[in-house]
Amino acid sequence: MKNQRTIEEIEKEIAEEFSLFDSWDDKYEYIIDLGKKLPPLEDQHKIDENRVRGCQSTVWLVAGYRDGKVFYKAESDAVIVKGLISMLIRVLSGQSPDNIIQAKLNFIQQIGMTTHLAQTRSNGLLAMVKQMKNFALAYKIKNSISLNDYEYRSAETKNN
Amino acid sequence: MIESAAIQKSLDVYGIRQQFPILTREVKGKPLVYFDNAATSQKPQAVIDALINYYTTYNANIHRGIHTLAEEATTAFEATRDAVQQFIHAASREEIIFTRGTTEGINLVAYTWGRQNIKAGDEIIISTMEHHSNIVPWQILCEEKGAVLKIIPITDEGELLIDEYKKLLSPKTKLVSVVHVSNALGTINPVKQIIDAAHEAGAVVLIDGAQSTVHLDINVQQMDCDFFVFSAHKLYGPTGVGVLYGKEHLLETMPVFHGGGEMIKEVTFEKTIYNDLPYKYEGGTPNIADVIAFKAALGFINQTGKENIQKHEEELLLYATKQFQQIPGLKIIGTAKEKISVISFIIDNFHPQDIGILLDNSGIAVRTGHHCTQPLMNRFGITGTVRASFAVYNTKEEIDELIAGVQKTIKMLS
Repeated sequence: MKNQRTIEEIEKEIAEEFSLFDSWDDKYEYIIDLGKKLPPLEDQHKIDENRVRGCQSTVWLVAGYRDGKVFYKAESDAVIVKGLISMLIRVLSGQSPDNIIQAKLNFIQQIGMTTHLAQTRSNGLLAMVKQMKNFALAYKIKNSISLNDYEYRSAETKNN
Repeated sequence: MIESAAIQKSLDVYGIRQQFPILTREVKGKPLVYFDNAATSQKPQAVIDALINYYTTYNANIHRGIHTLAEEATTAFEATRDAVQQFIHAASREEIIFTRGTTEGINLVAYTWGRQNIKAGDEIIISTMEHHSNIVPWQILCEEKGAVLKIIPITDEGELLIDEYKKLLSPKTKLVSVVHVSNALGTINPVKQIIDAAHEAGAVVLIDGAQSTVHLDINVQQMDCDFFVFSAHKLYGPTGVGVLYGKEHLLETMPVFHGGGEMIKEVTFEKTIYNDLPYKYEGGTPNIADVIAFKAALGFINQTGKENIQKHEEELLLYATKQFQQIPGLKIIGTAKEKISVISFIIDNFHPQDIGILLDNSGIAVRTGHHCTQPLMNRFGITGTVRASFAVYNTKEEIDELIAGVQKTIKMLS
């Protein structure tokens, strides 16, 4: 099962995939392809309270909690950001809150995409990673109180 | 080929490029093509040398020191003031106030002249194409005073509707604050006409010259503006230096901005007597090194010749516009008759950010996003554009690179 693998294992797998590319063009073509294949987020979730604000592109992010694991769905209006989102979801979705909170996400550096995490306000990716961790933290706290939460959540779990 | 030969007649662009060390670097394994000049221009060696020379040989605090270094630093600092006065043709050097940049200049006027003169019910006129820095300070002031902000509308081409502007003018109008050249569209606004109409209505005028000063001849006396603000870093100079020009009688009567050292004549716990112009508005130790180096930037522009620069940039704009118009699905935002060398564009179905990332991947630096002009983007019903802005050191070959880059980007995103 895919979800049973650790964050580090999935990160390693992505880094290995990228090591096959000779050029930046190839890397970006792959990311664009991932972006195009990312399943669209249902319109009901594309609302202002689910927006992760970046200066240029918009990211919508929602999370759900099931059997001790956090699941994410997200979309963006920019396709490269969508590709990067797709990888973040692949790495973090289906993991435990603790593992998500502690994830170092070194793969972003390994595949040469750190520029997209820089503090340039150029996209919502850094904010998105933060928000994914916030969701995990919220579910960790909530976990001691309530049971499963099948609904994909947004506002009330933000910024806890 | 004919066009590139024509450019070289008036201006040796390759010789100029040699003065800018950064232009030899590579990005992503490709030669840098720098088209983000409207955000900040690159710096010639003379500016870099001036900075190094200051810190290496005569670093000292200015104006009050009695020693040799302080005297040398003061002389160099004040020499920039003279150079700026000549550059914008101000009537006197006392009308030149150094700031951190355009934004600080506008805020200075808002917090001093504005607080003194704007009252409840008064009106301030700005335009649809203002940078956020010429919107927000006035919004803050209007909120504080109960004044009203009025907006000059624009055409689909990105030109101000002057008749509509004139309708907005009334005895209630106390200030008109308008951008000389739009950073997002490149439009050159008819500031003389705007200023004359405002003066007839009895209003004071501030012109935001952040984008115009590097491209156009600036003569504040002919223009007859009351305030004019710009930043050094867009004129091949260092960051952290700006200029506020103000008519002397206004600067004399306005209250002070930052209280502190330098801006005083005498301080007792009971009362402080403020310094004369221009020091009255230059509280604290200024950005000495960068102000000094700014003179080298002005020297570079003067030496190259504004007329030559304008001609070169116009040819680049014309060449690029023609090529861009041939790319299917590409739309230029901002097609005013009078434009500086800025091309803002969008491409059907593609996000500006994706285009910017992929151009960077080809070593081409452009700006993407709303360019700090969100109300203007809303006017066009878009969230942002890709903006290529050209400077004196850019070449026709670089524009060819850009066009090829855009075509490749379209292919990759399709």
